[in-house]
Amino acid sequence: MAADPRGAPAPLLSVHDLKVHFFLGDGIVKAVDGVSFDVFPGEIFGIVGETGCGKSVAMRALLRIVEPPGRIVSGRILWRRSSRAEGPTSPTEQGGPGGNGVVDLAALPAGGPTMRAIRGAEIALIPQEPMAAFSPVHSVGGQIMEAIELHRGIHGSDARRLAAEICRQVGMPAPEQRLDDYAWQLSGGLRQRALIAMAVSCDPRLLVADEPTTAVDVTTQAQILRLLRRLQRERGAAVVFITHDLGVIAQMADRVMVMYLGRVMEQGPVDAIFHDAKHPYTQALLRSIPRLNSTTREHLPTISGSIPHPLNQPRGCPFHPRCPHAIPGTCDVRRPALRPVGEGHLASCFLYSDAEEPAVEGATPA
Amino acid sequence: MLRFLIQRLLLLPILLAVFSIVVFALVQAPPGGFLTSYLATLASSGSSIDTAQVEALRKQFGLDQPFHVQYLLWVNGLLHGNLGLSLEYQRPNAELIQQYLLLTVLLALFSFVLTWVLAIPAGIYSATHPHSPLDYVLTVLNYVGVAIPNFMLALVLMWIAFSWLGLSVTGLFSPEYVQAPWSGARVVDLLKHIWVPTIVLGLGGTARLTRIMRANLLDELHKPYVVTARAKGLSEWRLVLKYPVRVAINPLVSTIGWYLPQLFSGSLIVATVMNLPNIGPLLLHALISQDMYLAGSVLMIYCFFTVIGTLISDLLLAWADPRIRMER
Amino acid sequence: MAEHVEAAGIPDAVGLPALSNAGAAAAPVGLGGAAAEDRVSLASNWTLIWWRFRRHRLAMASALVLVVFYLVVLVPDFFSTQDPEATDARLAFIPVQPPALLDRGRLGLTVPGVTGRRNPVTLRMEWQVDAARRTPLHVLARGYRYRVLGLIPTDIHLLGTGVPARTGVGVGAEDGVYLLGTDRLGRDQWSRLMHATRTSMTVGLAAVALSVVLGALLGGVSGYLGGWLDVGIQRLIELLQSLPTIPVWLAMSAALPRDWPPQKVFFAISLILALVGWTTLGREVRGRFLSLREEDFVLAAELAGCSRYRIITRHMLPAMTSHIIATSTLAIPVLIISETSLSFLGLGIRPPAISWGVLLQEAQNIQTVAQAPWLLVPGVFVVIAVLAFNLVGDGLRDAADPYGR
Repeated sequence: MAADPRGAPAPLLSVHDLKVHFFLGDGIVKAVDGVSFDVFPGEIFGIVGETGCGKSVAMRALLRIVEPPGRIVSGRILWRRSSRAEGPTSPTEQGGPGGNGVVDLAALPAGGPTMRAIRGAEIALIPQEPMAAFSPVHSVGGQIMEAIELHRGIHGSDARRLAAEICRQVGMPAPEQRLDDYAWQLSGGLRQRALIAMAVSCDPRLLVADEPTTAVDVTTQAQILRLLRRLQRERGAAVVFITHDLGVIAQMADRVMVMYLGRVMEQGPVDAIFHDAKHPYTQALLRSIPRLNSTTREHLPTISGSIPHPLNQPRGCPFHPRCPHAIPGTCDVRRPALRPVGEGHLASCFLYSDAEEPAVEGATPA
Repeated sequence: MLRFLIQRLLLLPILLAVFSIVVFALVQAPPGGFLTSYLATLASSGSSIDTAQVEALRKQFGLDQPFHVQYLLWVNGLLHGNLGLSLEYQRPNAELIQQYLLLTVLLALFSFVLTWVLAIPAGIYSATHPHSPLDYVLTVLNYVGVAIPNFMLALVLMWIAFSWLGLSVTGLFSPEYVQAPWSGARVVDLLKHIWVPTIVLGLGGTARLTRIMRANLLDELHKPYVVTARAKGLSEWRLVLKYPVRVAINPLVSTIGWYLPQLFSGSLIVATVMNLPNIGPLLLHALISQDMYLAGSVLMIYCFFTVIGTLISDLLLAWADPRIRMER
Repeated sequence: MAEHVEAAGIPDAVGLPALSNAGAAAAPVGLGGAAAEDRVSLASNWTLIWWRFRRHRLAMASALVLVVFYLVVLVPDFFSTQDPEATDARLAFIPVQPPALLDRGRLGLTVPGVTGRRNPVTLRMEWQVDAARRTPLHVLARGYRYRVLGLIPTDIHLLGTGVPARTGVGVGAEDGVYLLGTDRLGRDQWSRLMHATRTSMTVGLAAVALSVVLGALLGGVSGYLGGWLDVGIQRLIELLQSLPTIPVWLAMSAALPRDWPPQKVFFAISLILALVGWTTLGREVRGRFLSLREEDFVLAAELAGCSRYRIITRHMLPAMTSHIIATSTLAIPVLIISETSLSFLGLGIRPPAISWGVLLQEAQNIQTVAQAPWLLVPGVFVVIAVLAFNLVGDGLRDAADPYGR
């Protein structure tokens, strides 16, 4: 994770072969099954995929808030801590090799002081549903100030002033009055802004936005996206943007990762993904988007079949039962590894590379 | 909110008026009335009484008046603070009741505190550590606890205390303090005796409350606002107490107002078993001997407390939950 | 059982997962196939509820316990060993005689005998269990005569010593078996317990049935018709719920004349319990009716031209019946405890009728309990019955909830 000698910046976040499994009574659901990606400072990294592909679980794993019966079984989440970071740096809390203020989040105790210092202050979450994300019996201002008081050591009226200032920055009119309101008293758009204010209040270097536009209408969606872009530019924060909406990804993201059934199908710069998709799954996804200029009376292309039951994942490449280019004897037996197919562009498909994942179950943790 | 409060306050006297009619009808319902059982008691003890004396007694107690006149006389008395005369004890009811009322309320308060102190932490633990060994133990205790009748628990505890600890746990005072005026020593004596009835009454409610708290909290624990709080970096126990517990406890807070009168009237049976100076046994005895003014007065006190309790419940609910407060 | 079908378009049924397409190499384990889905979609509501209830092992076990209890309700005499009314002051406070299967290495059901000693001071008989003397116990033995369901005369009992007795006269201590000892009047506690079970379990049922009728009727009328009738019934419910329950029960029970026969008292007690208890159910039924009235399927029925009566009976009631049953099952234990408490105080079921509360009256003071702790056993039966009803009720409620797992 050291800086690239060619001058490219070192990644802020580096995920290596992350596996998150859920141990249910009926069996083990491998929600995230070997995902690797990097996020660089100041960029917007989009994670896109259908429901059930594991993107939300991966997001929770980043913040170490995966709930039992799920847990991280293997992999590393390397995070570069900020130079101004305070907090315990005892050897036990460093968590694995890294050096240079890099810490492996997967090895830290989830509720320990280091992880809690990182959560909210260095990595912040913008949750999906604004109404449900606020407590119904506490004021919005109180919840915004809570993060400030917790991480920045500012209390009382100073915290309140800061909270109002942040609310103003996210475009809330008359923020001083809004602080005492409850979430259910605010309009949808204001609520969304309050949510974003709460997330950016401690100036995090990585924002994780969990489907921020799913619960809102199109006009509000445009406002939110503009706001996110502005904040990201102003504060230099990186954003991990999780969604199933390809259009939003095309608008917002710098680099994109396509997930399916807990694994990465393709990864790369947004232009490469959208104009030069290599993986059959990505191609099928893009084909299925209705276009304004398509001819009428034409069948909308779909992906044949349906998503398999999570307890019942296919052997070999997860997409092969629905893939028009599946190679019998290869795709249904061996799993493809993520390999470069272009400049900064990777795909996991036997059409491009013969490399395969090791078949060993339960790889040893880092 | 204010409008709601005023509405309920105005309803109070109407409710009490209706109750007074019901209560009066109930105490008058047993056939015969006080005089019959009084005479029967006299007869069984050997003495007799002639018709003139019976008539005089009837007049003296006002039992010769028609029903509605008796009722109005009684209500009139109530409104003036005159709770009537106990036919049996030949003393003003207010005097009799006063002694016992304080102790009844005290017992109810102690039990209530015990219940909440035990149940809320147990419920929180059960919900946050589901399927842990302690959770299973607590669940079993809860189910069994709900199934045991109050007085049964009292009997068993009393038996255990008596057989194995050699304690006699009836009454609220040692013999020398029963009629004594209040003093520091009397208070200490009271505290020494009150813990057994407190445990009996308190445990009964604990099981029920723990189950409800656990169920409520389980509903809240996986909601998005809890996840958000965790994502902000709050420590686990702090965020559990601040957010889901606060929401889960709301419906319970509203039951406080209603629960106290429940305890009040529920302590009746236990008080009878344990021979406590409680207005419950007073009522029981009055009902059996048809001492109607005493019975009526005690019943009205119960009604009064219950109605006040319901009002307090609604107030507490509105205060605790801003969603309800704002929507009024 | 692993079958693969074109799964496109078949929705999930009751939690069964969507199946993978033909061509998937892996065989789904335990997921069933189209046949299982058909069974589920064709099953009636009651069948579904039964299947889901069956999976609650605790609830099933409790239901079994209740079945046993109600068998006792049907023929208490069969399960008794002695005439419950037979008194004999000499046999007072005989302790529990626990049956054993092994007697000095030989297999056979026996109970230890009792030896009595006259206390020189109080001149009363004091009994002790004598493990050395053993009385054999026979299954399906002959005992006192009785009538099954009041019709068929017989004298067969589940357990007995085989020594027949004349009704009303107790068997001597040497020939009798007192599985749960005797009380101060020398009455066999086990047999009395069997008869008490009948009364207590039936009062609960009767009171709940009355509650349901009152609650469903008034609540339904109130919810469906609305208007001033609704308001009136609402106020009535609030009034009744504001009354302090136990004192009011006491007052009502005290109003019953002392000379009424036990059956009349029984019905009166059930009525009293129901009169105050129906309000919870009434409120719930009303609430359900109100919310169901707004449901789209009711609107669809109205638009299709159904009569009001048909809508209520064919469309709305079935949506509520399972809920009502579950709620009623959970209400029975409350009523059982209430009846027990009332009878314990002497204001409920009265002797010579026997209920659990009446039996517990014998254990009212500490001295008696210390001397004869087995008198508390009826309380254990109360706890078991209440526990069983609660578990079954919980199971029913979970099984009947269409949105549950």
